[in-house]
Amino acid sequence: MTKGPVLILGARSDIGMAVAHKYASLGHAVQLAARDVASLERAKADIEVRHQVDVTLHAFDALAFETHAAFVDGLPVLPQIAVCVVGYMGEQADNERDLSAASRVMRSNFEGPAHILAELANRFEARGSGILVGVSSVAGERGRATNYVYGSAKAGFTAFLSGLRNRLAKKDVHVLTVLPGFVATQMTAGMDLPARLTAQPDDVAGKIAAATASGRNVIYVKSIWWLIMMIIRNIPEAIFKGMKI
Amino acid sequence: MKLSGWGRYPTVETELAMPTTEDALAEAIAGGGVIARGNGRAYGDSAIGPGRTVGMRKFNHMIAFDDQTGVLVAEAGVLLADIIATFLPRGWFPMVTPGTKFVTLGGMIAADVHGKNHHKDGSMAACVQWVDVMDASGQVRRCSLDENADLFAWIPGAMGLTGIILRAAIRLRKVATGWIDQTTIPAPNLKSAMVIFEGAQDYTYSVAWIDCLQKGHAMGRSLVMLGEHATPDQLTFRESRDPFATRPKGTKRLPFDAPNFVLSKPVVKALNTLYYWKKSRSAGTQLVDWDTYFYPLDAILEWNRAYGRRGFVQFQCALPLESSQAGLTALLGTIAKAGAGSFLAVLKRFGAQGGAFSFPMPGYTLALDFPASPANLALLHELDAITIDHGGRFYLAKDARMTAQALRESDIRVPDFIAKRAALHTSGAFRSAQSERLSL
Repeated sequence: MTKGPVLILGARSDIGMAVAHKYASLGHAVQLAARDVASLERAKADIEVRHQVDVTLHAFDALAFETHAAFVDGLPVLPQIAVCVVGYMGEQADNERDLSAASRVMRSNFEGPAHILAELANRFEARGSGILVGVSSVAGERGRATNYVYGSAKAGFTAFLSGLRNRLAKKDVHVLTVLPGFVATQMTAGMDLPARLTAQPDDVAGKIAAATASGRNVIYVKSIWWLIMMIIRNIPEAIFKGMKI
Repeated sequence: MKLSGWGRYPTVETELAMPTTEDALAEAIAGGGVIARGNGRAYGDSAIGPGRTVGMRKFNHMIAFDDQTGVLVAEAGVLLADIIATFLPRGWFPMVTPGTKFVTLGGMIAADVHGKNHHKDGSMAACVQWVDVMDASGQVRRCSLDENADLFAWIPGAMGLTGIILRAAIRLRKVATGWIDQTTIPAPNLKSAMVIFEGAQDYTYSVAWIDCLQKGHAMGRSLVMLGEHATPDQLTFRESRDPFATRPKGTKRLPFDAPNFVLSKPVVKALNTLYYWKKSRSAGTQLVDWDTYFYPLDAILEWNRAYGRRGFVQFQCALPLESSQAGLTALLGTIAKAGAGSFLAVLKRFGAQGGAFSFPMPGYTLALDFPASPANLALLHELDAITIDHGGRFYLAKDARMTAQALRESDIRVPDFIAKRAALHTSGAFRSAQSERLSL
């Protein structure tokens, strides 16, 4: 009864792990890909015991572009769904002073994820089926002083996913863009996040699984973020540039 | 930060670490004066370190399951609710379960929890095959009947004071359905409740809801509830469509702290009477799903807020069989006189003691909670004295306020436990607000 395998890129993250559990609970085999793959052995056993599905581990470095084709070749089978949760926030203050730090943030949130999804997109297109899921961010909806380096990379990724969806729409390959607002994860640990605006990793995973089943194109995890971002997008630039937001 | 147990009393200042790996855990405990914390369901201050508290919820991986023997190996932070969700659909249920499923495996072992089947199957200690324990130096030891057997015997009931429980292997019970065949028997007073318990020793599950506000001839008025795992042929059409009762049921959340009058004497007395007569009329046999049967309060998330902002305290004692009736009579008389009993009071027959520091003893246990008001805290000292006079002892997982002296007077095993801690070099390393209060 095993359904098509799901590849999780960035499986060590809290959202990645929650997504893996969600699809496994629905009967999908999962392929966990991350840089430090040995550290996923505990998670592999856990998913296998809980959900009785096959779990495979794959070393993957989003920034090592030259390895991506071989990485996909090395998968036991081309996945039915690929979810890219790769991301790296960095410190805005560092990104302003140290341009190599900024570059790392841009590459981690845009180039790397786009590169591996492009690789998978071509294979899915050739096969004529598959779903690509990119976890981007509401931070990409408008650049703000507090995190525009991260935000600009996410903006690029969001645009890339949009274009990819447009290109593949007639090829039976679907692309889902996920725009989480605040999520309680290791990345945001220590930040003081408003509870009503903050999703749990399990919420994100549940929304992604539901959206891939129903064929949605772009989703916010907590719907309030749609409203918030609509307002933020529509503030005139002359006013916006003077705001502390 | 400030932490408290499920009773929200007392509140203690501590530093909470949430390690994700064994190395990080070893580092977090290196300074000493720490205690492990699971899901924070111990009622009092058992799982709050005076200096640092080590949250174990990131150690929440299941490791292996043998579907021939029903042995599950899992990390200490795995929730009982997850164990049930995973294995009940495959025909396995916990061998021992407390009254909430929101506890961790490590917490269940540390507190040596007991369930409605204690008289028959024993406490948590009885289904643990081995435990991996980290000592103060970060070294991990496997403890079982064959390896480190002495330490293995002292872990259940030690409330984490013998080291950090990392992983364990536990036996699950094979069940054919997720339904319980429940028989409710009204007992007009304590004596008849005890007669029913003594006659029901062969039942897998037995527990009584007891009305603590009745005096005189109706003192100890109870509803004794007996239960067995239902077999598939007992299920009617309704249940057979969901044989393991795994369809999600709704939960409610108590959205605010209740004002104090909600649990005042007239309200509780009226509620008790209503409940007794309603259930007496529907006495007899019925099929109940596992969640309703074992975890009725879990359906109301954050029910601890019913006691208001001041929090509440639990009283739970075990009395030896020979002095149970006299002891319970004295306890109930004192509670009824004070008019302080709550709606949630439980009476149960216990079987034999499990581990070396396990709470249960052959006899009876009485558990009830009180709003943490000054009058009730004074009443609890009276109840302590009555329990000690009748040779009884107290459940550390429920305790939030006992004195070190009361513990020593009630439990002759304390000096041995302290000596064991010293021998294991855990006296300074593992400490909780409770162990400091009780000088353990």
